[in-house]
Amino acid sequence: MSVADQAAAAGLHRVGARPALWPYLRQTWDRRDFAVAMARFRIEAGYSSNRLGALWMVLRPTLNALIYGSIFGIMQGSNMPSDYPAFIVIGVFLFEFFSQSMTNGATSITRNRALVQSLAFPRMALPTAVVIQQFLSLVPMLGVMVVALVILGDYPTWSWLLMIPLVAVFSLFNFGVALVSARLTVHLRDLTQLLPFISRLLFYTSGVLFDVDRILARWPWLVTAYDFHPIYQVLSLARAVLMGSREVDPMFWVYLTGWSVLTLVLGVLFFWAAEERYGRD
Amino acid sequence: MDETEVPDAVPHGRLVVIVDNLHVTYRVFAGGRAATGAGARSGLLSKARGVRSVLALRGVSFRAYENESIGVIGSNGSGKSTLMRALTGLTAPSQGAVYASSRPNLLGVGAALIPELSGGHNILLGGLALGFSKKEIAELRDDIIEFAGLEKSIDFPMRTYSSGMQAKLKFSIAASKQHEILIVDEALAVGDKHFRAKSEARIREMRANAGTIFLVSHSMKSIRDTCNRTIWINEGVLEMDGDTESVVAAYEASKK
Repeated sequence: MSVADQAAAAGLHRVGARPALWPYLRQTWDRRDFAVAMARFRIEAGYSSNRLGALWMVLRPTLNALIYGSIFGIMQGSNMPSDYPAFIVIGVFLFEFFSQSMTNGATSITRNRALVQSLAFPRMALPTAVVIQQFLSLVPMLGVMVVALVILGDYPTWSWLLMIPLVAVFSLFNFGVALVSARLTVHLRDLTQLLPFISRLLFYTSGVLFDVDRILARWPWLVTAYDFHPIYQVLSLARAVLMGSREVDPMFWVYLTGWSVLTLVLGVLFFWAAEERYGRD
Repeated sequence: MDETEVPDAVPHGRLVVIVDNLHVTYRVFAGGRAATGAGARSGLLSKARGVRSVLALRGVSFRAYENESIGVIGSNGSGKSTLMRALTGLTAPSQGAVYASSRPNLLGVGAALIPELSGGHNILLGGLALGFSKKEIAELRDDIIEFAGLEKSIDFPMRTYSSGMQAKLKFSIAASKQHEILIVDEALAVGDKHFRAKSEARIREMRANAGTIFLVSHSMKSIRDTCNRTIWINEGVLEMDGDTESVVAAYEASKK
């Protein structure tokens, strides 16, 4: 009788073995309060030493939008869309949710090495906490966005409520991305150096700052390719929902939902598969 | 059998842990010239860039039963902590395996806490990290604060606490959780003399309630006081395993 058989006969399990997918997801769900508390308290702790405190949650993206808006507005000259200020506010604010989820998700395991090495809980709680934290940061930004849009002449309509499903789908997408980047960083620590560049590259190529249809009009195939760019889809949908001057192909909703579900499923499977590896380096 | 004759350490209660031929190898990136070695080709893409293997455990096997409290002794760097981390599943064996009836837990919660937060918020965060529900924490909160003796400063940020106060808070949160298999790594003595006595009493209480306890310590006194069985780890192998008196005596003799 091998030792493993004896252990099984005595009702013992191998310590540290990865649970099957469903039990794993259930365990993660059981830790939802932990993930939410980590997210909330990290926001609180992050701003506690600043004089303006949590106001920076909205000041930083606002300043970002102002700077990018004025510089790229001037640079685009006659190519600048007439509704540019609202265009840029929506682009910069929503992109922030994605990029922060990706870059902070990437370090969610490696940054919490001590925690991972001292307490047993499903590690998925850590990237989950990051995305919740970014979601909680997005909420006041959406408030500022509404104020900015009203000032810029776009008044609330019932269709603005479509932002709720849009942000929900976008959150699923960001969660999937955070899960993938969290595991990749565990294998390849150098990714933390690379991710800011990837994030910036996506910032300039997702239609945050410029109108894809106008700037890339000379390359129609490229404009068509953008229809399948998930972040561009989010931004286009948000602009169409919030700005009277914009329209979007309703199929974008379908594409984006497909992207998000696919990314989330892949992210969950990819992250779960390496559960035994986290913190063991 | 007369009940009074049953010794404190009944060596064969229910089997709760099997450690089977456990090997742990650390791969470390060693910096500096010596690490690369003469003639070793090192490059960005070479996998062996300054990597050295450290054999922390080399084939440790033992079994632990319910109601045992097992001391783990050995000099610094002998592999005690590695063995405990492998027991909790936080370090992967390179060979062999650890089987347990439930996941062994380290006594400790410090890594989950955030210094900028108040003591009260940290109790909530630490409790959730230990797997309590919000409701359970609400019930335990006052006991934790009282045990830590932090009634006056519980609303201040934890970073403003003295290191002794922080240690008390961490211990009080961690000790609020009851474990079936508990590992205490030299945590017996935190804080001032008064709190040390209190925490030692708390650990004895946990030991009584926990099924099985492992105590890693350099203090032969606490090992003698607490443990009915002791394992001596030396350079990654199990040097001796038996009743505390004889193992500690052999260990102390080897030190002379």
